[in-house]
Amino acid sequence: MKEQLEKIEALAKQELSACTEIKALDDLRIKFLGKKGELTAILKQMGGLSAEERPVIGQLANKVRADIEEALAAKMTALKSEAQSAKLREETIDVTLPGKHAPFGKLHPLTRVENEIREIFIGMGFNIADGPEIDDDYHVFEALNLPPDHPARDTQDTFYIENTNETVLLRTQTSSVQVHVMENQKPPIRIISPGRVFRSDAVDATHSPLFHQIEGLVIDKGITMSDLKGTLEMLMKKLYGNDCKLRFRPHHFPFTEPSCEVDISCFNCGGKGCSMCKDEGYIELLGAGMVHPKVLENCGIDPEEYSGFAFGLGLERMVMGRYDINDLRLLYENDVRFLEQF
Amino acid sequence: MNLSMKWLGDYVKADMPIKDFCHALTMSGSKVECYEVEGSNVSNVVVGKILSKGPHENADALFVCQVDVGADAPIQIVTNARNVKEGDLVPVALDGAVLPEGKIKKCKMRGVESFGMFCGIDTLGLTAHDFPYADPEGVFVIQEDCKPGDDIHKAIGLDDTSVEFEITSNRPDCLSVIGLARETAATYGTELKVKAPEFRGVDGDVNSYLKVDIHNAEKCPRYCAGIVKNVKIGPSPRWMRERLRASGVRPINNFVDITNYVMLEYGQPMHAFDLRYVEGAHINVRNAVDGEKIMTLDGVERELTSDMLVIADEKKPVAVAGVMGGEYSGIMDDTTTVVFESAYFEPSQVRRTSKKLGLKSDASARYEKGVDPTISMTCLKRAFELVELLGAGEVVNTVIDCNKSDFKPSEVVFDPEWINNFLGTSISEADMKEYLSRLEFTFADGKVIAPAFRIDIGCKADIAEEVARIYGYNNIPSTDFRGVARAEFTEEQKFVRILRNAAVSLGGYEIATYSFVSPKYFDRIRLPEDSALRKVVRIVNPLGEDTSVMRTSTIPSMLDVLAFNYNNRNEKACLFEIAKEYLPAKEEKPFINGDTLANSGNKKHRYEYSLPDEPQRLTFGIYGGDADFYTVKGIAEQLLAKLKIDGVEYVRAADSDAFDEKCALHPGRSAVILREGTPLGILGEVHPEVQETYGIGVKTYVLKLNIPELMAAYTGTITYQPLPKFPASTRDISLVCDEDTPAAELEKAIRGAVGKILEKVTLFDIYRSDDMKKNGKKSVAYSISMRSHEGTLTDEQADGAMKRVVKALNAIGAELRG
Repeated sequence: MKEQLEKIEALAKQELSACTEIKALDDLRIKFLGKKGELTAILKQMGGLSAEERPVIGQLANKVRADIEEALAAKMTALKSEAQSAKLREETIDVTLPGKHAPFGKLHPLTRVENEIREIFIGMGFNIADGPEIDDDYHVFEALNLPPDHPARDTQDTFYIENTNETVLLRTQTSSVQVHVMENQKPPIRIISPGRVFRSDAVDATHSPLFHQIEGLVIDKGITMSDLKGTLEMLMKKLYGNDCKLRFRPHHFPFTEPSCEVDISCFNCGGKGCSMCKDEGYIELLGAGMVHPKVLENCGIDPEEYSGFAFGLGLERMVMGRYDINDLRLLYENDVRFLEQF
Repeated sequence: MNLSMKWLGDYVKADMPIKDFCHALTMSGSKVECYEVEGSNVSNVVVGKILSKGPHENADALFVCQVDVGADAPIQIVTNARNVKEGDLVPVALDGAVLPEGKIKKCKMRGVESFGMFCGIDTLGLTAHDFPYADPEGVFVIQEDCKPGDDIHKAIGLDDTSVEFEITSNRPDCLSVIGLARETAATYGTELKVKAPEFRGVDGDVNSYLKVDIHNAEKCPRYCAGIVKNVKIGPSPRWMRERLRASGVRPINNFVDITNYVMLEYGQPMHAFDLRYVEGAHINVRNAVDGEKIMTLDGVERELTSDMLVIADEKKPVAVAGVMGGEYSGIMDDTTTVVFESAYFEPSQVRRTSKKLGLKSDASARYEKGVDPTISMTCLKRAFELVELLGAGEVVNTVIDCNKSDFKPSEVVFDPEWINNFLGTSISEADMKEYLSRLEFTFADGKVIAPAFRIDIGCKADIAEEVARIYGYNNIPSTDFRGVARAEFTEEQKFVRILRNAAVSLGGYEIATYSFVSPKYFDRIRLPEDSALRKVVRIVNPLGEDTSVMRTSTIPSMLDVLAFNYNNRNEKACLFEIAKEYLPAKEEKPFINGDTLANSGNKKHRYEYSLPDEPQRLTFGIYGGDADFYTVKGIAEQLLAKLKIDGVEYVRAADSDAFDEKCALHPGRSAVILREGTPLGILGEVHPEVQETYGIGVKTYVLKLNIPELMAAYTGTITYQPLPKFPASTRDISLVCDEDTPAAELEKAIRGAVGKILEKVTLFDIYRSDDMKKNGKKSVAYSISMRSHEGTLTDEQADGAMKRVVKALNAIGAELRG
């Protein structure tokens, strides 16, 4: 019997090593280890063995079974892994072929930068105020200390609306929104008003009869010009990084006093002077100032009690600077090949 | 304003490096645009003296000269100039010289060596106005005090630097050399050297020559005049011409030059005219008579109105006050007696007149901003001082000063503490006084008094600015202001952001278009003649017709952009814009703004005209790819789904009056989106005619959604629905109905019939056999999914529902497909 058992084991191992398919492996298991298998058949003859032989043979039989099972398992693992490898090989594709694209939209560059600025200001505690694009002379000029015949009106080439006796016009600045806000809200006021403005400038690489401004206004007790500087510096650091420097130059706007123009260190040379900044080291960025007491008065706010500052940014200029766009017209032509770059 | 640095040097120390000067003045408030060093494009040109001039051996038209250029030995120059002779001083461009036209090198001319070139006036970049004695055709024979070898810049005064300032409208006083000298002195803390002008004059009584009457003292509070007799008209001296040139003013003759010189120096416009043409020798400053005419200096006859001020003699206007003189009263070559005028005119008067006549001049530009009201006499005297200096005539030593001015300088409370609190600084009172004194402010009784030329000062903030700009804006600290921040986006801003992000996530490229368009769009999108959309807000003074009306529909703007892209051969486009339409106010009656005024209550502004509505729209435009009607409808559906706006229905646009833009769309392929009867939007395929008009060669689709209406339907609340615990039962149904039965109607019937247990109805097939086509039928197949949240549906329940469905479908003429 011992020889028989050893023979079975040898046979099983031989057939196993010859086996190449997982399905055939199952057949082998049944053949050798199944209820009607060869090993079982031998074990059934155990009854005829002597009491001394039985444990010896029994032990041997168990070992043979265990060996065969182990061999089966090893073979199974090997075959599976081989099959897997074959499948993977077969499924190999050209990974350099292009991917499948789901539609993927784009925000207009003007919106992208405006959103960024909106988020920064919300974070700084500024609400965002909207106002009419078609407004009256009072809100766009008069309340802002630009009475009729004021020479500064010349610099704002205004579009007027028909049949309104030059009373209704397209706003030339979003400062008009300041007036609406101050008319309707008590200080403290902390707003920005982004939006479209209109001036009769013919279209060229740097001019457009329609462009976007972002106007800011802060009114409270004890607001100072140093607060204006601090606020603008924080804004510009958030937009352009901590290395940028601001330069404040005296200027004149009818609605602020003192007024200033603010320059930023040249993006190109960082302040050393280059062709981009005309050797100045700085690029003009925005206008700002302390709200003129007459403007506060016009809007029913007591300038003895409150003070404030205001500033106005040109969005197009910021967008063009940000993305190195050299022609403003691209922003309004909306060529798909332009838009897809953002 | 162009400033001659040489001229500036008359009044203040001005020898600092030009870059420093420009920076310092810019930072103290007088912005320098740029500067130009005169003659910087000319180098290595010197004065040469012609020692001999002889014939050229090979050319009759050329001459060979020996020229002393201040070197050890004379140099030889070949020239073709006929207007030079031995002994003449001429500009010589030496070997290696740079001229505006290029470089000069020694060369051989017809076999004879030439070591340089003689220069004409134009070769040096000058004109005959700069040196009237020079022959404009030939070589410039210099009649200046110079010697051979002198650098040409110094020899002919081509060594000034002209600085261009951007002067803001509040500082007309800086439109003058003295004004900028004051700023320079204040900026650097140096001394200002301006002395009062003086003239000797010849004995005479000005009143025997001229009488002046002011009839409108409000508009002309002061008028000074004087007489120069035995005038000698001629060119001005070189120094005056140089300074005018550096200031960007062309020299004309001594009298015109003197008026310009004084204007540039003091900022006070001057007028000189021929006494012969003042009838009755009587000047009347009066309002014009309606219809009165004058031919102004520019040769245009102008009709005047009674709100304009004129300088008139006894019969006719000789000048429009502060704007321009009359053609016939100017200085001529045979003028013998000249009247000089120096007056103050009220700024808005000049401004209105200038605007009304469409006539601007250097004088009107200054008057309308406001000149120093106290310097009329000073400037008259300065003009006479110059007349005498130039030997241009005899000044009668008495003058007319018609002075009805009640001018008082501005006074403002001087409050250093307030100024520091306002600026966020801690500048000492002494320093503030020092800065203000430098700017010629004075102090009395706790007040600071502005100099007369500072017409822009009126309140404490103005004084703060003066202190700040001399202290230096960049020396003011930067601080974070205090206060609690409670900022958030408004509901509308949040909504628009959601909408915009949804549009992007659906593959839209955002565009930006102009708010104003051409009125031609009415016809281009086939709007009916009586469409309300043809009623537009028009611009009186547009740049052109293309931008002359405010759009009442965003769709034409979108079509323009689609066409632009199509023409640029972009294969496909899926674009969107969130922007406004401008709809004229429905009611014409004025309304009052500011009723909700929170604070003062006494300031209420009344609108004279109702403003237009400016509703926001979301507009989509698509062409190319495999886009069809259902692409754009899918976008609408997905947007609405994102906004959780349900209960909408799509009805054929042709059957709705909600949007006139339906005329721009294919009548069979366009729909209006309604929710509870409210139109939310319109969508569809662009009408083939419109497509052709816009030049788009492929099918194009648009969608417009009204944002205010969308927002009204939007709640923004998301409520979680429990996941189903029990399985769904699904039944498919295939039916045959008339071709023109809308799917929405079938679906509505199914929904109604299934009732509460309905989970989803999905259309999965539309089919038309030949037979069906013949009979105007179609087959539509739906998958109906039913589910209960209380338990597993029994077959009976599901079958019962399906029986109801069949019945309901039968009722609208749809049969089960056999």
